Amino acid sequence: MSDAASQTGPVLSADGKPLKRSLQRALRAQKLRALALIAPLLIFILVTFIAPIADMLFRSVENQIVSDTLPRTTRALQDWDHKAGQPPSEDVFAAFTYDLVAAAERKEHTRLGTRLNYEMTGISSLFRKTGRRVDDFGETYMDQFTQVDPALERPETWMTLMAAPDWQADYAAWDAARVAANKAGRDFDQPAPLFRLKAGVAEVLPETADAYAEFARLAQTENADNPADEEPWPPVFLALYRDLIHVGPGAIGRLDDASQAILAPAHDAVETFETVDLVDLYLDADEDWQNPQVWATIQAFAPAYTPGYFLSSVDLKQTPDGVAAQPEDQRIYVMLFQRTLFMSLVIMGSCVLLGYPIAYLLSNLPMRTSNVLLILVLLPFWTSLLVRTSAWKVLLQQQGVINDVLVWMGIVADDARLVMINNQFGTIVAMTHILLPFMILPLYSVMKTIPPSYVRAAKSLGATNWTAFWRVYFPQSVPGIGAGCILVFILAIGYYITPELVGGTTGTFISNRIAYHISSSLNWGLAAALGTILLAVVLILYWLYDRIVGIDNVSLG
Amino acid sequence: MVFDRVQKSYDGETLVVKDLNLSIGRGEFLTMLGPSGSGKTTCLMMLAGFETATHGDILLDGQPINNIPPHKRGIGMVFQNYALFPHMTVAENLAFPLEVRKVGKSEREEKVNRALDMVQMGAFGGRRPAQLSGGQQQRIALARALVFEPELVLMDEPLGALDKQLREHMQFEITRLAHNLGITTVYVTHDQTEALTMSDRVAVFNDGRIQQLAPPDELYEQPQNSFVAQFIGENNTLMGTVKEITNGVALVELDDGEVIDAKPVNVSKPGDRTLVSIRPERVEINKDRLSPDAHLIHAEVLEFIYMGDIYRTRLRVAGNDEFVIKTRNAPDQRRLKPGEHIEIGWLPDDCRALDAR
Repeated sequence: MSDAASQTGPVLSADGKPLKRSLQRALRAQKLRALALIAPLLIFILVTFIAPIADMLFRSVENQIVSDTLPRTTRALQDWDHKAGQPPSEDVFAAFTYDLVAAAERKEHTRLGTRLNYEMTGISSLFRKTGRRVDDFGETYMDQFTQVDPALERPETWMTLMAAPDWQADYAAWDAARVAANKAGRDFDQPAPLFRLKAGVAEVLPETADAYAEFARLAQTENADNPADEEPWPPVFLALYRDLIHVGPGAIGRLDDASQAILAPAHDAVETFETVDLVDLYLDADEDWQNPQVWATIQAFAPAYTPGYFLSSVDLKQTPDGVAAQPEDQRIYVMLFQRTLFMSLVIMGSCVLLGYPIAYLLSNLPMRTSNVLLILVLLPFWTSLLVRTSAWKVLLQQQGVINDVLVWMGIVADDARLVMINNQFGTIVAMTHILLPFMILPLYSVMKTIPPSYVRAAKSLGATNWTAFWRVYFPQSVPGIGAGCILVFILAIGYYITPELVGGTTGTFISNRIAYHISSSLNWGLAAALGTILLAVVLILYWLYDRIVGIDNVSLG
Repeated sequence: MVFDRVQKSYDGETLVVKDLNLSIGRGEFLTMLGPSGSGKTTCLMMLAGFETATHGDILLDGQPINNIPPHKRGIGMVFQNYALFPHMTVAENLAFPLEVRKVGKSEREEKVNRALDMVQMGAFGGRRPAQLSGGQQQRIALARALVFEPELVLMDEPLGALDKQLREHMQFEITRLAHNLGITTVYVTHDQTEALTMSDRVAVFNDGRIQQLAPPDELYEQPQNSFVAQFIGENNTLMGTVKEITNGVALVELDDGEVIDAKPVNVSKPGDRTLVSIRPERVEINKDRLSPDAHLIHAEVLEFIYMGDIYRTRLRVAGNDEFVIKTRNAPDQRRLKPGEHIEIGWLPDDCRALDAR
């Protein structure tokens, strides 16, 4: 190949193809093989580690439960202004009734109550109490409608009014197939066709159609009943009343003949019905329903994604009026984060102070002696973490070994024994001990690589022992300190067991609070937000470290 | 600079340095040469203060320095791996000995620059040692050992890590610097070429003792014992027994019965076993150049190697298959052929009868 050709165009390989492409092809097989080798681990990590973390991050903002459980209410509340200080209109209460009765039937109203209770104390019991009663709301209208036409109590009448004929046919076919299968002793697991509304009915009787459809579908999904056999619950009659009172006779005329025949007498009579104030029914269940704050909370948390958990994590809260600080006595997380950072730094510092001389000694001793000492350093790893922490409990408690010795020596009075456990001191002592090997090992492996000739050279150049150490040896051991500090700090900041056991109330970490929300208060969203912040803090500190010290300056030897 | 009956033991059982007596003159370039484990580096470390002598005194300008810590001795040292501080720039490395001596900033900079110029590295002050090549690092290490103007500089195999060409170049530069600055240099090496080309005097170490202390030419041409003869340069040896010694010439009967002339060095009386040593380039194959009464010895050519400037011929002499001779590549020089039988001889002065150790 001529030099001119290779200078003008891209470099070509022997077969005339661009060299880059040939190289890529040659490397592809290697890359694929490398990928195949790490694939099992990669999949394992993705499934068991990355996915849960992603799920956690998602949970910290996810809030679909409100809009999923109360779809009509959140829609109806959109126009309501919480600043007026009034409870919302009866329309909202009606929408809430349809939502709540469905939620109660699905037994989801307590979950929603718990969720909203994080934001406003008391909502949980409000939902629970009202949920028990809500399927009676509308009973007055049901009674009056049956007086006008007893047929309205019968399921078939409602089928005529509401069900799409083709759905009825589908359902009958499905039912026949099921019966046949049962007779033949075959398994039958086809799902029943879900209830479909008749065309046109939703335009004339919007609330009724909606409420009945919800009822019919729930009867199918929750109880596996045929809606055609079930008498609708009272809120459907509430909806029917509200629809009929609003629509003129002309609207009824747009329905089919059978429906007209059923509804015409009811429509005529509805004006004369004895009315019930829906709001009063709620107030009867619980006075709090007239508190606009309750509705404002529902409104504020209607969106599917919320910063609420994160705000709670930093002692703020989302109110209908925007972000506000938590009441003084409920601020805890910022203090806990600060304490976690502070104590992790103290633990890291103690580890450096205690570990550096040991690592120095180890790296300067002859191989045989240093190996024996290294085993002593690693010895704690052979003991369970729980045992080591419990040992510190035995040592540090007021009736413990150290106090006993101090009292025996007369240094401490018997009635003034030192409090060394269940506080920050206990946590720092125990965690420094537990994390010390993580400092010593990287320090040791870095120091091992510093040839003694550097210090000798420094001394031969006139440096005293201290100057030789400080100007020549120490700077070269900094990568080890960096690695040890990162290891110890990151382990410490997320530590759980030791602070839990010896931390008492003043020595616990943010991780203990996260565990509390995961296992006791079941506020996973808040736990996820706290965990996300912790992760972010670690990443930011790591980034800062990289900027200031440089991650290249970290070495594990 | 005097070593006075110095002994050193690390484990209390064996002596690494046995009874070392050595004095080094001002401005002298002395090389300690020896195989590894011969105690030469230990001597250097005792001099620098990193090891203490188990017995005996080390005197500097008449003062014992045994109890002076290394940093107060004011001895420059160049280490085997240079020991340039990796976290400092070249200039900072050079400034270090001045800084710890509390030399003012402007004077410091001036001295650093002068030292860098001295080793032709003036442009490299801002670099890190890792960014320099081996030879450049070597120069910096040298400059650092010299920048605080010590009277004595120690060098511990400083050229061991360099390739051959660079090593030869640096040998020349180090000697030039040492002579120009008039500093006393103690140089440790196991490379005999280095020792011969650089030194004023060479101390050959073996087994914790100085075997011979002499200028290079004397060391090469007049080795005092068989260790030195074999350690320095290439050497042919023949075993034999002294028959008689007359007028400073020994008649040696080799083990196969042939008789040769030799210069008695450390054999004293007839009947002594001896190792006769002769340099390959001093063996003569041309009878005309020898005196008529010289003893000749029969040899068989085994191998002929053309090496450019010289011919190297391997012979079998008195049962020794490794007898090598070197002849200059000259127009009148004969090229020997394998299988050829010749007679060889030498001047009695070139053939030294040594101890048979």
